[in-house]
Amino acid sequence: MGELLDWINFGSDPMANAYYPFDSYNLPFDIGYQLWEILGGTIAWLIDLIFPGNSVSTWLMCDAVSTLLALVVFMLLIFLVAFVSTLIVLWEERKCLGRMMDRRGTMVGMKGFLQCVADGLKTFQKENVVPAKVDKMTYMWTVSLVIGVSVLVLCMVPLSSRWFVVDYDTGLLIIMAFFALAPFFILVSGWAQNNKYSLIGGMRAAELMISYEVPMLILICTTALMAGSFNINDIVYAQADSVWYIVPQILGAITFFTCAVAEAERVPFDIAEAEAELVEGWQTEYAGMKWGLVMLADYMRGSVSCSMFVILYLGGWTLPFIGDGPIPEIVFLLKAYVVFFFMSLIRAATGRVRTDQILNLGWKVFMPLSVFNLVIVLLLMTGGVI
Amino acid sequence: MSDSIVPVKEIEEKMDTDKMWVIMGPQHPFSHGLWTLKVQLDGEIVTDAEPIVGYLHRGWEKETESREYPKIIPMADRLCYCASMTYTHLYCMTVEKALGIDIPEKAKYIRMVADEVCRIQSHLMWLAAVGTDLGSYTVFLWSMREREFFLDLNVKLCGARMTTNYPRIGGVRNDTTELFDRDILRAVDRFEKALWDIIALIDDSSIFVSRMKGISFINRETAANIGLTGPAMRGCGVDFDIRRDDPYDNYDKVDFEVPVLKAGDSYSRYMIRIEEMFQSCEIIRQGVAKIKALGKNAPYRVKTPSKVPAGTAFARLEDPRGESLMYLVADGTDRPYRLKVRSPIFTNVSSARLQSVGVRIADVPAVLAQIDMCLGETDR
Repeated sequence: MGELLDWINFGSDPMANAYYPFDSYNLPFDIGYQLWEILGGTIAWLIDLIFPGNSVSTWLMCDAVSTLLALVVFMLLIFLVAFVSTLIVLWEERKCLGRMMDRRGTMVGMKGFLQCVADGLKTFQKENVVPAKVDKMTYMWTVSLVIGVSVLVLCMVPLSSRWFVVDYDTGLLIIMAFFALAPFFILVSGWAQNNKYSLIGGMRAAELMISYEVPMLILICTTALMAGSFNINDIVYAQADSVWYIVPQILGAITFFTCAVAEAERVPFDIAEAEAELVEGWQTEYAGMKWGLVMLADYMRGSVSCSMFVILYLGGWTLPFIGDGPIPEIVFLLKAYVVFFFMSLIRAATGRVRTDQILNLGWKVFMPLSVFNLVIVLLLMTGGVI
Repeated sequence: MSDSIVPVKEIEEKMDTDKMWVIMGPQHPFSHGLWTLKVQLDGEIVTDAEPIVGYLHRGWEKETESREYPKIIPMADRLCYCASMTYTHLYCMTVEKALGIDIPEKAKYIRMVADEVCRIQSHLMWLAAVGTDLGSYTVFLWSMREREFFLDLNVKLCGARMTTNYPRIGGVRNDTTELFDRDILRAVDRFEKALWDIIALIDDSSIFVSRMKGISFINRETAANIGLTGPAMRGCGVDFDIRRDDPYDNYDKVDFEVPVLKAGDSYSRYMIRIEEMFQSCEIIRQGVAKIKALGKNAPYRVKTPSKVPAGTAFARLEDPRGESLMYLVADGTDRPYRLKVRSPIFTNVSSARLQSVGVRIADVPAVLAQIDMCLGETDR
């Protein structure tokens, strides 16, 4: 029978753990690890108190189990922060749009922030209507995948060099690949719903995707070319070392921003859910919590678009002359909110474009601009300016 | 595609690519009110369209036959919620014509000013609808905000916001209230500035303009032949306005221009209504000055008999949406024998097929917003 403090290792170093899953220091994992040290230590001590000298207590505190359970806490923490930052984005848009439209925006508690909670509760309480003639399997799994992929890609965006899920050398490409998955599910979902509006909406999602995806990838490759890596860390620190890439790539930044608006399916590119002619587009047959989550997924995608813009062009979580700073996560989120403010501004100021217009825009404007941007970057690099 | 390697025609025949009928309405965000537009789609392009109205039929014309003449006035308000005063005005004018009486000058001016206030209200409602149909909520809210000032003028004049019950057979219910002329001038001055904001929002944005310009042309002859009236017709180049060409009340005593555009596309129909709002402001200014010049104690209503002598009468006026007409058959009792309403929208909406064939489905709301649907009068 030992003392409590024998079991709890305050401030133990997770990186000393044999099963440490990352290459570098990871803050959320560290928090999860410390939490598990306290929680698991207490449980182990209690078990040891009742059954002295058992092996379960030592098993609970061994390296492998600690890492596993710390990972659970880590995942919850990552999701929670991403989720709350999405709710802040939602609140920001509602408030900003309200002011731009000469009204007050949401007013429920905490300057309107609790409106998100109220909306969540309301959609949660609604009846889960599934229309009789839909293809039920496809109807359900497509929407789950749209939401799931959005949550996944949101969680995969690193907030700083110490707040990340994976730190691959191709991190940027993986995020973009997951980001571009949703339109496929939207297409299938529109087909499965047995509704003409949904069908047209789903087809439009595919139409939208082929118009912005190629220029967007060219722009990402341009940035990767400048930084010399697809690793997000490398891209951010390359900008911290030289200059934010919005300066040499101003054309590219504007084009990427417009593509990002399209990627997030927001006004003026929300043709897949154009409510004027298609009721709710591909979401027409989704009711209750399904619709609520799809709506939230939209904002998650908007949030990811802004984060990508910040990573690619605004120096990520670094600040000029300061570098990382004490809390780079906050810096990163604040930058993303500033970018999102401009998205709200565009939403307030413009209408919806037509499908043929966006195809023209994608292939006749974005595409040449992104290639032109690539040429400028190449010239700058061969000239030795950057 | 004749030299194409892929035999598109044959594949289409084999694949049985049917055209798809999409039924937009009656519960659809684009149909402002209860009406349906069936559109046949080939991909995204509309190949055929059919408007269906009648969901809101209340038997208005039949109902009037069992009511005394003054009791029809509040009913006439309900014909159009956006511009209720014009229909009440039209009804009173018809009965006055059947009675063969002339109403006081002041009443004529007040009716004229009230009509123009209603025209601005109605056009702002239309602008709000255009905003949502083109995907901008800002235009909607800004227009609704401006409309609120004119609804307040209605309150100032007669105590109600939308269904006003204000004109009477033989004049108007009450004189202008105290400070009404000051308030209306303030509202108009303010509105002219605010409208420029909305115009800047729409016209400076290439998205809005490209959604309207060069879409759904109607030429002058077709517009006249299918019986388009109002701003939709003037946007197609037909230079006709009842206020100027067949003046009723005191429209011949005020100066105003009738905007006419020859382009005939969706954008010109939009421009006409915007310009009409500015002209209405001019008319209001002149009308208010005339009311003021008539003095405070000028009569505003004459007594009228309750029974209308047997005979027929019709009156027409320039509704915000077009030409509306009432035809009264009186049989000498205190109730009409028959009262027929000619609604401008009922005729205008029949051009829905003409306007929407060939455009993309995304443009259907944007094009049909220029009809400015109002179901109260269409279905009666």
